[in-house]
Amino acid sequence: MRSMSALQKIEMLLEVKNLKTSFHTRNGIVRAVNDVSFAIAHGETLGIVGESGSGKSVTCYSLMGLVPQPPGRIEGGTAIFAGKTDLLNCSPKELNAIRGRRMAMIFQDPMTSLNPFMRIEDQIVEPLLIHGLASRAEAVRQAVQMLEHVGVPDAAKRIRSYPHEFSGGMRQRVMIAMALITKPDLLIADEPTTALDVTVQAQILELIKRLQAETGMAVIWITHDLGVVAGFCRRVQVMYAGRIVETAPTEKLFANTRHPYTRALQKSIPALQPKGTELYTIPGMPPDLSRPTGGCAFAPRCEIARPECSAKLPELLEVGLQHCSRCPFT
Amino acid sequence: MLRLITKRLFETIPVLFIVATLTFFMMKRAPGGPFDSEKQTTPEIRAQIEAQYGLDKPVWQQYLDYLGHLAQGDLGPSFKYAGWSVNELLWSAFPVSLELGLYALAFALTFGLIAGIIAALRKNTWGDYVPMSFATFGICLPTFVTGPLLLLVFASWLTWFNASGWEQPRDRVLPAITLGLYYTAYVARLTRGGMLEILSQDFIRTARAKGASEWRVVWRHSLRGGLLSVVSFIGPAISGLVTGSLVVESIYQIPGLGKFFVMAGFNRDYTMVMGTVLFYAVLIIVMNLLVDIVQVWLNPKLRFE
Amino acid sequence: MSPPQPITEVEAGHSLWQDAWLRLRKNKMAVAGAIFVLVLALASLTAPFMPGLSYSNQNLALGATAPSAAHWFGTDDLGRDQLSRLLYGGRVSLSVGLAATLVSVLIGVLFGMISGYIGGRLDALAMRFVDILYALPFTIFVILLMVIYGRNIYLLFIAIGAVEWLDMARIVRGQVLALKKQEFVEAARALGLRKRRIILRHMIPNVLGIVIVFSTLIVPRVMLTEAFLSFLGFGVQAPQASWGTLIQDGARSWEEFPWLLFFPAGCFSLTLFSLNFLGDGLRDALDVRASKD
Repeated sequence: MRSMSALQKIEMLLEVKNLKTSFHTRNGIVRAVNDVSFAIAHGETLGIVGESGSGKSVTCYSLMGLVPQPPGRIEGGTAIFAGKTDLLNCSPKELNAIRGRRMAMIFQDPMTSLNPFMRIEDQIVEPLLIHGLASRAEAVRQAVQMLEHVGVPDAAKRIRSYPHEFSGGMRQRVMIAMALITKPDLLIADEPTTALDVTVQAQILELIKRLQAETGMAVIWITHDLGVVAGFCRRVQVMYAGRIVETAPTEKLFANTRHPYTRALQKSIPALQPKGTELYTIPGMPPDLSRPTGGCAFAPRCEIARPECSAKLPELLEVGLQHCSRCPFT
Repeated sequence: MLRLITKRLFETIPVLFIVATLTFFMMKRAPGGPFDSEKQTTPEIRAQIEAQYGLDKPVWQQYLDYLGHLAQGDLGPSFKYAGWSVNELLWSAFPVSLELGLYALAFALTFGLIAGIIAALRKNTWGDYVPMSFATFGICLPTFVTGPLLLLVFASWLTWFNASGWEQPRDRVLPAITLGLYYTAYVARLTRGGMLEILSQDFIRTARAKGASEWRVVWRHSLRGGLLSVVSFIGPAISGLVTGSLVVESIYQIPGLGKFFVMAGFNRDYTMVMGTVLFYAVLIIVMNLLVDIVQVWLNPKLRFE
Repeated sequence: MSPPQPITEVEAGHSLWQDAWLRLRKNKMAVAGAIFVLVLALASLTAPFMPGLSYSNQNLALGATAPSAAHWFGTDDLGRDQLSRLLYGGRVSLSVGLAATLVSVLIGVLFGMISGYIGGRLDALAMRFVDILYALPFTIFVILLMVIYGRNIYLLFIAIGAVEWLDMARIVRGQVLALKKQEFVEAARALGLRKRRIILRHMIPNVLGIVIVFSTLIVPRVMLTEAFLSFLGFGVQAPQASWGTLIQDGARSWEEFPWLLFFPAGCFSLTLFSLNFLGDGLRDALDVRASKD
């Protein structure tokens, strides 16, 4: 696949090449991320879309060094951050210097992702203290400010509370404050709204949009929901069975969808379907990642599949400006 | 917090009352008395002694007298050791047992915690298997087996320690280890389990994502939660230490409360036995209250119930 | 984060028990433990029928002798054969263990079941009661009982059993509460079965599994309590021996006659280990959630 940056010639914030991550389980080796390459520029917003098991989350966990190394294993690849450090092949010290400081992550379930035994204050100031960016007193001041900024009322008092005293939406705001307090260059958001109420979802999305505009940070937004991506990300990357199947600027992806899986995903959005008809679901079952077939992983469920599809794995080809697809038949 | 304490007091007093009543009436119905082993006494002298100890009054009267004394904290005179009151005997023997118990607990907590944490961090490697195997053995071996064994090795063969007594500071070592061994093993297991559970939680992942070093992850993020089950174990552990001290003090000839209790049992020293049982009950209930307070402090979720 | 699980074909279904049995068999320590206990139990049971083994035959002229061909485990200061005493002692210890466990299980199961099924305030009160009792040193009370009422072996069964019922009650109650919520109780109730029938026909089989597992773990604890009491002198009386009294005898003369301590202590410890490993193995085998990664 030709690198995106060849066209743009600007330094990429993060360049991932040939990332392979597997899990060695009792029932076989699960190839969760199977040769994934992409890049994200400074200030860019990228959406990674896919079902559970597509490898979208594991990709980013691999970059952050959060894959538990037994049973997981990074089998190969490089991930050059800011043109200098290879996140996959550096020392723990180097990785720790970057994560939490220049690269931050927020997670899906804010209830379990916050330490129930520590006060919010202690958790929010932690990135500043770990990376030596402020004294304790100064860090607390910044934390209160940050908390107000993300929309937590009465921040100065509530910062002394514990996580279980907050509602779901508030907890997610706390997570965001905690992630952004060091003003990172890259924020990875792993389905941050999935576990929240619908109304709160929109609020959080707006919040992150606003913060991104203010700070100019890059954001990778992981989701299974194409709709969310449409409103926020400039570029979208669709993953299936551990591989990228389509990637394009957002408008192009929706206007000129190429890969059958992406089309199927679009068809599945309930809001876009005519009322009164049965909801569309993609036929078939997700693939067994421990038993890879030789050909296209989506072929068993694809409407336009041909014999050649199951025989040989199709490559990711450019089908338009900055638009790549892994299906040669559309 | 204050509510917790008052609630506990309300629960405790009925329990103590029941314990005191049960012990009293059990003792009354027991065959034999405190004077059966004495030399043959004439009926008059016997009657005199009985009157002196209040044994000639009707049972319900004795009961009320006893309760009255209890309320004032007076456990009565010892039947065996003339001239001594149970309180005096308790106070002379208890500090010894307290010392023994504290050393045993300190031993158990120190080594148990360290072993458990190491085992959790080095899961499924030798650093895990070795301490945990020791722990399994420690749980299975009773004090009356390890005691003589330790004596055999360290006092008899190696002559590092005395076989009995409580005079020198060195005399504390073997008894404390004997008494504490079981609890060390248990604490190690609990710690390992608790730590493993915490380390698999999502918020540990968050801490790592913030760039925290492994040391920080363990020390600041995991310990507090991981130690919860250990703290709740301390309550029953104290009860066990009390029971265990009976054997340990016998083996090592330590002049503690345990030994007194055993002897009082043999001598049918009514008041001494009852007094010791009550004393133990109060002690344990107070300690459990303290443990509960510590638990609430450690686990913020409990504070809002 | 859990790794994506591969979808394997559905294997021929095993019932929970078959599954557990297979897993148990793989656990070498548990199997070893089970074998040891069985052999020991057999030896102890058949001891009275074997000629030449007597626990009370004294041979004062002989006195205490080290292990030899004639007396495999040596003799004590009264010339009694230690092997016989060990086997007979085993009978006593094991029977106390089983009987007391039975008592403990009965009390615990009844208490837990009733409390769990009735629920509500009675349950809350009962559990609070258990919490308070949990802290108290029951063994001390048992000693009190033994002191007062003498060393009647039946009393010993009951008293020791009464020490260990708390855990069983808690566990059974937990199970009952969980089961109550499950659908088949609703179904049974919808069919109009009376409460008592529900308890008997439906709940008991489900609770049985966990009761068995825990009973295996209670037996060594109960044996420990008996040995403890006997060691102090409050348990079994001479000339009857249990392992506890044998250990006591051995402990008193360990410097001169170490074998008097070594064999009973070793045997007792091995039995406890075996039972514990067996119990742990059973628990792991029946625990569906447990995964060894």
